[in-house]
Amino acid sequence: MHRNRVVLAALGFVSFAVAHAQSAISATSIPKDQLIQPEQLNRELQSHPRDLLILQVGSHVLFEEAHIPGSEYAGPGSRPAGLDALRARVAALPRSRSVVIYCGCCPWEKCPNIAPAWQLLHQMGFTHVRALCIANNFGSDWVAKGYPAEKSQ
Amino acid sequence: MSASDTLLNRPAPPFSRADLSGARITLSAYQGKVVLLNFWATWCAPCRIELPRFAAWQKQFAPEGLQVLAVSMDDDPAAVRSLLRKLRPDYPILMGDAKLGEMYGGILGLPVTFLIDRHGTIRARFEGEADLGAMESQLRKLLSH
Repeated sequence: MHRNRVVLAALGFVSFAVAHAQSAISATSIPKDQLIQPEQLNRELQSHPRDLLILQVGSHVLFEEAHIPGSEYAGPGSRPAGLDALRARVAALPRSRSVVIYCGCCPWEKCPNIAPAWQLLHQMGFTHVRALCIANNFGSDWVAKGYPAEKSQ
Repeated sequence: MSASDTLLNRPAPPFSRADLSGARITLSAYQGKVVLLNFWATWCAPCRIELPRFAAWQKQFAPEGLQVLAVSMDDDPAAVRSLLRKLRPDYPILMGDAKLGEMYGGILGLPVTFLIDRHGTIRARFEGEADLGAMESQLRKLLSH
């Protein structure tokens, strides 16, 4: 009987996990020509940083720990309130503005934030949006590579 | 060497904070137990895949001295409370923040899980979609001491 309860509880956990995984728009839906790799973004930051509006659309706690210098928090993309924040941030911008969005919360194909944010910006008419493709997480694929990062004050 | 690598085989950074039930959770109080310290979030799909295994381990290995502690890196405790009402895990859930993340070498992606031995020393760190078989193997080794 006890073992049955443990099994049922485990099944409850698993079904919740699967349901949530299926409801997110996948990061893999972003076309490859609208991705930018960390190495490329780092080069652009070194050469013409002011041209870029960089928005972190994931976790605010993780943003506070470390973010790309000059980037702003505008998320999370997985929640309506986060998309509202993103919408408000960019509403007054010319639609030709160059925007880079990133998250880095978890492995790319599992990220619940980046694709909804990308989709919103496209729906708003932005024509120069790129998503920073972070394969594993921001720590491994940006900070550990020695690319610039700062924490919130 | 990354900040997180420097934590291996060193004392786990101490912390004491209330869990979501209001109980005070102090890491040092678990000396003598093996602690599985998991950083996770409700929006993190790989984290949610791990939850059932950690819950099962807590039940299975509690008699041998395992204590799971889960630190949510969600921005909003309401989302965590909503999940916990459905899942009711048998271990404390604490709200993390940037300060705790920095103490643990920078939690800059989820999930991250530390295994801490009975003397309070970090013996393993797992990041991302961890090999749970390897994690269980290490856990069993620590529990056998």
